Amino acid sequence: MIGSAVPRKEDAALLTGRGTFVDDIHRPGLLHMVYVHSGEAHALITQIDTEAARALPGVVGVWTARDFAELPARPSVPGLERGYLAGDKVHYVGEPVAVVVATDRYLAADAARAVRVEYEPLPVMATVADALAPDAVPIFAPLESNLALEQQVTPHDVADELDASPHRLRARLVNQRCAGAPLEPYGVLADWTGAGPTIWATVQAPHRVRAEIAERFGLARHLVRVIAPDVGGAFGVKSSFMPELFLAPELSRRLGRPVKFVETRGEHMVHTYHGRDQIQEVEVGFDDEGTILALDVTLTVNTGGVPDPVGIALATLTSYMLGGCYRIPKIAARFRSVVTNTTPTASYRGAGRPEASFLIERVVDLVARRLGKDPADVRRVNLVQPGEMPYQTPFEGIVYDEADYPAALDLLLDRLDYAGLREEQERRRADPGAKLLGVGLSTFVEMGGFGPTPLFEQFGYIGGWESANVRLQPDGSAIILVGTAPHGQGHQTALAQIAADELGVPFEAISVLYGDTAVVQEGIGTMGSRGMPVAGNAVRQAAADVAAKARLIAAHMLEAEGDDLVRVEAGFQVKGVPTAEVSLAAVAERSFKPHLLPAGTGLGLECTSYYEPSNLSYPSGAHGCVVEIDRETGHVHVLRYVCVDDCGTVINPMTARGQIHGGVAQGIAQALYEKVSFDADGRPLNASLEDYMLPGMLDLPGYETHHIETKSSFNPLGAKGLGEAGATAAPQAVVNAIVDALAHLGVRDVEMPCTPERVWKAMHHAS
Amino acid sequence: MIPAGFSYVRAGSVQEALAELSRHGGAARLLAGGHSLLPAMKLRRAEPGVLVDIGRLRELSYVRLDGDQVAVGALTSHRTLERDPVVAEQVPLLAAAARRIGDPQVRNRGTIGGSLAHADPAADLAAAVLALDGVLVAHGPSGVREIPAGEFFTGPRQSALAADELLTEIRLPAAAGLAHAFEKFSRRALDWAVVGVAVQSRPGGRTAVALIGMGPTPLRAVAVEEALAAGTPAAEARSLAARGCEPPDNAVASSSYRAHLAEVLVGRALAL
Amino acid sequence: MRVEIVRVEITVNGQPHSREVEPRLLLVHFLRDTLSLTGTHVGCDTSSCGACTVMLDGVAVKSCTVLAAQADGCSVTTVEGLGGPDGLSPVQEGFRQCHGLQCGFCTPGMVMAATALLTERPDPSEQEIRDGLKGNMCRCTGYQMIVESVQWAAANGGAR
Repeated sequence: MIGSAVPRKEDAALLTGRGTFVDDIHRPGLLHMVYVHSGEAHALITQIDTEAARALPGVVGVWTARDFAELPARPSVPGLERGYLAGDKVHYVGEPVAVVVATDRYLAADAARAVRVEYEPLPVMATVADALAPDAVPIFAPLESNLALEQQVTPHDVADELDASPHRLRARLVNQRCAGAPLEPYGVLADWTGAGPTIWATVQAPHRVRAEIAERFGLARHLVRVIAPDVGGAFGVKSSFMPELFLAPELSRRLGRPVKFVETRGEHMVHTYHGRDQIQEVEVGFDDEGTILALDVTLTVNTGGVPDPVGIALATLTSYMLGGCYRIPKIAARFRSVVTNTTPTASYRGAGRPEASFLIERVVDLVARRLGKDPADVRRVNLVQPGEMPYQTPFEGIVYDEADYPAALDLLLDRLDYAGLREEQERRRADPGAKLLGVGLSTFVEMGGFGPTPLFEQFGYIGGWESANVRLQPDGSAIILVGTAPHGQGHQTALAQIAADELGVPFEAISVLYGDTAVVQEGIGTMGSRGMPVAGNAVRQAAADVAAKARLIAAHMLEAEGDDLVRVEAGFQVKGVPTAEVSLAAVAERSFKPHLLPAGTGLGLECTSYYEPSNLSYPSGAHGCVVEIDRETGHVHVLRYVCVDDCGTVINPMTARGQIHGGVAQGIAQALYEKVSFDADGRPLNASLEDYMLPGMLDLPGYETHHIETKSSFNPLGAKGLGEAGATAAPQAVVNAIVDALAHLGVRDVEMPCTPERVWKAMHHAS
Repeated sequence: MIPAGFSYVRAGSVQEALAELSRHGGAARLLAGGHSLLPAMKLRRAEPGVLVDIGRLRELSYVRLDGDQVAVGALTSHRTLERDPVVAEQVPLLAAAARRIGDPQVRNRGTIGGSLAHADPAADLAAAVLALDGVLVAHGPSGVREIPAGEFFTGPRQSALAADELLTEIRLPAAAGLAHAFEKFSRRALDWAVVGVAVQSRPGGRTAVALIGMGPTPLRAVAVEEALAAGTPAAEARSLAARGCEPPDNAVASSSYRAHLAEVLVGRALAL
Repeated sequence: MRVEIVRVEITVNGQPHSREVEPRLLLVHFLRDTLSLTGTHVGCDTSSCGACTVMLDGVAVKSCTVLAAQADGCSVTTVEGLGGPDGLSPVQEGFRQCHGLQCGFCTPGMVMAATALLTERPDPSEQEIRDGLKGNMCRCTGYQMIVESVQWAAANGGAR
């Protein structure tokens, strides 16, 4: 089954409106929780008047920060503990200030508006520059300045190497703030019955959420049940520990009734954490051929008003990936995470790695432009060669697995008809009536398959492994429990494909369950492109163990040795004796008959495996974008988008294609459309889908996808992960194409999002 | 997401609707398709005490050729404007503009009267009605009056319509066989116009040019029209597109870019 | 007559329902909360995303921008009303065959909008599909496989 484009098991329910998303769940006596959010970016709270709200019909209560003073802080950066609601002051627009519970969502919304909060404004620092200015005041206590973290990632600098380089250039690049904006916003339903709560929530790591909730309520973990039902997209933003994960169970405990919170979209845009928002200052040294000799990088991350423990350190991952798929002998990196009066930032599809790929791919293009060389040629002289794999990067522990980067680039250039495009580009440049054509390349590598444990522990997880329990039913069908918590990736399907091959059970006879801590053994979750490279291997291993035991039982039934059996469609057969055959169903049923089993054989056909990856995996590939630009308006139209991806073993080509498409779409969206913006007072300028440019069907192109399949030796399945590749590769492919189209005008950079106005201004100022 | 509470009245006739408006003074708002008002109410940018639902007044949903005029009932949906054969034949500019509004679902519910009464400075239909020299027919407590489109839009989301008046009909001079063009530049396909242009040729060779997104109201590009009337070639006249305009300067676009877009789009529309 | 509570009679997926509702109740909440038909989703609050798309008297509308009171006397079809005992409708099957959905949250609205499109244009071009579904946002698929799903449906039974 591995490699088959089978339709998904998930689809039938989702297509008929029978999915179960958090807001679809009703419990008797359900109450609705709504936040009162700060409308100020930086201010002291002088008074909160809840009387009018309490008097409204249906209102059960209104709570402010002091009502939760006993609750231990949310998971936080050590020393920078964060509470649940703003206390004395607010740090950004959208920070929750109070919480209202009422008997229905309409009454709760009315009551939230009736809460009166009085503020004494403080100076607003909505940008990193403002927050680091000499007259800036510290935003987040107990920090004494807005520099929350400053880290020298490499112990050395590269001053000597830069000095010795024949050429050097500097660049300042901006990787703007984006909103994850899954179509389903964040939601929690908590029902504290008996000794502990059951929590249905839109989360990516239910066991971790259970641990954090149990810890805060002083409960043993078995008393807390966390269920991630159908989750309507996450893209990393549902991995943050939002206050509602704790407030909903606490209020359910106090009120003795189930409490539901579901974000509105407007709320999502200011409340759920954003991603990216990194300023990159780069200096690169290179020779006449474009060979990169040294890279010096300073990253500045806007961490928002309340530092998040993941967000504050994501630039570590950016630093590790700065070399891209190039052989760069010397890299120096440092980063700063800066507090500003904006919504906090944390994970968003790719979480730190797309920023690195963007940086190095833009730099390679700048080097090519400086030398008057073709960007493809400069890439070629720098690419790590297949014979050098596994490749030790300049960063300790960062070792790339098997891949053929030059082959990916060659395939891409071939599929693009690169030479033809260059001719077409010249022809159009000479014709003032024609739109300008640009071609952009992105040869990328990113990290997938998160853990291993020593790395993933640093993000607060108990481990970087994943777990799977494979259990044959007496009729030979199988149930698999897996520790991931997918939200669109199709694990029911892909993991069943892997198990089908190992077990010899038909794909249709396998069910995959996940997302319920009361059902599933300890697991980690879904993030960091870890589904196939980590969970896939856990399933494979557990299924293989079950299959081995089944073989022993079959051998006993056929009075043969295990080694003498071969797999046949129905089950097992004695090699060369077609009549000596036993079905897997018969073997499965036999496994529950103690008196008919070989001596010492345990009952049942079941195995739980925990797969710990030996290292991260490194999905890679080469993407190319062809744009045409309206000379008069600056409007960019993506004519073609071509992907060559190497995610190692492809489990299901159809869902793999979907993952690439979706990631590329988000990457193109970042390049052309999306940016979370604030005015000088820290007020959000696009906190709705009307104003935030989530692209629609006419705004995105079709995609051409190709694969190179180089199996990773880092895990038995050979898979590298795929969920984040597109979002990592695409932004710079698009920006490189735009700059390429305008290069003859002297344009060297256009900041993302490359809106028509920005492109028009770049053309206008250059000419 | 949740509108504030209100009282609801369903009007059975124009007279009933007018009576309700009078009774509640400024507290009442008319609800037609609801695709301008309900979004504002959900964000609590509008909190009317009373909604007078005129959505059932089928007598206000029609397109008729009336001599040399096309009469469009105020409750005619954008969807109908896209498809109606009389519109296609006599005022195709209106269909071209309707086709560019929002998305199919919005066009299925939204009405021409609702859109014009909402008076958004970037509304597609407003540009078409302005360029067509439409006349808006309003019923009020003291009878019926006709408001030329050029006098209808008075400010951002403000119109000449009084709080106790009901827009019932839009009258458009028939323009069968005359050249027209609608050009819209938006960020995403479903967005409001950053800038839009409606151009309509008139008998005798005159050309009307209307702009949206170029000021506090939809407006006529008078300088372009005068230049064209004086025989200036279109390729030159387009440079006057932003003359006299005060385009907004905001997160969507700068005023200078809007001014530039107006020139480009006017040029393209005139070239058609 | 002025009322604070409105009685509405709405036929949903062929079933007549009569309820007393607040005038401000949105059709989407009438479907989801009053009738427990949770297939219709809410993805935004600005009539942008289309996740709440249903058919109202045969045309696609965004049910977050229609009052239940406005739907009084009307007939509504939700995603639960498609398909049937013999399985998925051609549009639903097309989405399954062509992987036109990932997380599935936008899917009911997308399926309804696609069904409406195919009702009017049984054999749409790619451009017509993209134009017809531009009021429906998806954050997972990048849309191309949705386009392919609708093409599959057009070739295999259409809006039925």
